Amino acid sequence: MQTFLQQIINGLSLGAIYALIALGYTMVYGVLRLINFAHGDVYMLGAFAGYFLANALQLDANPSVLWAILVTLGSMAICAGIGILIERLAYRPVRHHSRLSALITAIGVSLFLEYGGQVVFGATPRFFPQMIRSQTYILGGVQITNQNLLIILMAVAVMFGLHFIVHRTKVGKAMRATSYNLSAAKLMGINTDRVIAFTFALGSALAAAGGVMVALAIPRIEPLMGMMTGLKAFVAAVLGGIGNIPGAMLGGMLIGLMETGISATAYSTYRDAVAFGVLILILLFRPAGLLGSSRTEKV
Amino acid sequence: MRPRGKLVATLLTTAVLIGLNRAVEYGVGDFQINPYYARIINLVGINVILAVSLNLINGFAGQFSIGHAGFMAVGGYAATYLTVYHGAQIAALAGTTLTSAVGASVVMVFSLLVGACAAALAGLAVGIPSLRLKGDYLAIVTLGFSEIIRVVILNIPAVGGATGFTDAIPITNFFWIFAMAVLSIVVVRNITTSTFGRALSAIRGDEIAAEAMGVRTTRYKVLAFVVSAAFAGIAGGLSGQLFANPLNPQNLNFVKSIEVIVMIVLGGIGSTTGAVFGATALTILPEALRPIDRQFPGLRMVIYSLVLILLMIFRPQGVFGRREFSLRWLGLGRRGKSGPR
Repeated sequence: MQTFLQQIINGLSLGAIYALIALGYTMVYGVLRLINFAHGDVYMLGAFAGYFLANALQLDANPSVLWAILVTLGSMAICAGIGILIERLAYRPVRHHSRLSALITAIGVSLFLEYGGQVVFGATPRFFPQMIRSQTYILGGVQITNQNLLIILMAVAVMFGLHFIVHRTKVGKAMRATSYNLSAAKLMGINTDRVIAFTFALGSALAAAGGVMVALAIPRIEPLMGMMTGLKAFVAAVLGGIGNIPGAMLGGMLIGLMETGISATAYSTYRDAVAFGVLILILLFRPAGLLGSSRTEKV
Repeated sequence: MRPRGKLVATLLTTAVLIGLNRAVEYGVGDFQINPYYARIINLVGINVILAVSLNLINGFAGQFSIGHAGFMAVGGYAATYLTVYHGAQIAALAGTTLTSAVGASVVMVFSLLVGACAAALAGLAVGIPSLRLKGDYLAIVTLGFSEIIRVVILNIPAVGGATGFTDAIPITNFFWIFAMAVLSIVVVRNITTSTFGRALSAIRGDEIAAEAMGVRTTRYKVLAFVVSAAFAGIAGGLSGQLFANPLNPQNLNFVKSIEVIVMIVLGGIGSTTGAVFGATALTILPEALRPIDRQFPGLRMVIYSLVLILLMIFRPQGVFGRREFSLRWLGLGRRGKSGPR
């Protein structure tokens, strides 16, 4: 029972990371119908931005929670800028080409960030400075580190924040309108270009937050770290129902739980296959995802 | 082409390939081909097979698969497994040994057949369920399947697991690679000019309209997947049994699939000659860039990705578009026989 609870905690903190990244996938897909393959790499850039900021502030020597938060916010701001830049330079020029072109462009941007990162940062992993001293709490025999707690709390807070933005603010309303019908939204006087840029900025900022959080818990960052995590987060978004914010959260948590569950069994080497197996099953039996609603195809 | 013409063409191609094979392996007179260049030539052939076959799905049928490396892995591992564990027996059945030229050829044919069948089955397994899906979802499912295949292979010790299938017996040579490359081109070309090809073209144009016109879309899409996967399997079988080129799950991930996609995107999605051009260019280019890559690891892929993005922005139809290269482009050949489509 104790180990079971422990696995749940571990699964939730892994799942929270997937959820943070999945939120970005889901928002961009909701607005543009584009799988932003580069999103996982923005998460990587977020971790690196945090790394350089924290090192510049020498937080390894004098850790503090306040500065850790500021570093996270800084990294989020940098990645929001990168997200806007990616959209402006790569995706906007191909928006009116076929969807295939957009997908290939997204793959191209992803590879560019991954291997560009390798050229700039080097392929060897770096160690993320410990901005917050690790502490382990024991609750009823279950261990939880303060970093994992932070990750889970932050993911939940972000989801509520996002839900608020999308459903209670003006820009959120514009996002929903754009997502529903881009050209109609444009006709109603919504500056869709700005809405799309905002969506990218928001999604990228969340990915950056995820990157810094992961780096706090697992302080080993490298340019290709976003490849697998990004793909799995995308799976999480599809699992929950792409375009659906609580769905991304749910999907992320489920994938995290399943992965830690498998890791604990004798089939731990199949860990990376689990997410994809789930993806295939979900697409076959419920293509709209767990919380998504299916749209009928218009001819 | 009349039946006799086909026979003559086949024999002629075989003879030319055998001659070239001797030239590549033993040189002409005093002139020896640098083994490094010979290797690149062989890799060009393998990539041509991969690109031409993927073009059937991504180009002519208008679907989008990012799982070609998975089919390549299935076929490659099946073929190599056959040679390593049963090759000697098969050669003995033919009354010869694996080390003789005849024995190696017999085993090669068998292993490629097995590899093609295994990959075709995988194509069927992927094709039937996932072809209910469209566009992005299909792409992501093919990617998922190929990742699953990779993880499964990693967990089979008999084929080397994570260290790669290093027990492979190098029986691939120039002749087999280019014979298969020619075969893939001929098969794909014949498909595209047949009813099957017309159906694929209709599906590419508008799937719903095609269905309304009575084209059995699912059937044709699955068939395209099966044929394409079979050739990817052959490419895998050739690649895995090439000298000092063991199959390794690390190299058969989705980056490999994307490399093949870049080849057809560069050449022109839906053009076979374009795919050949793309495969050739993108096999030679990275080799030419190798000195740079050694200095800055990863730069090769950066250039790849930039090419991809810039192509999509400025020339999404690729260098050739959907047209096929013909001698008329050079102002040669007969006029008015068959114009570019």
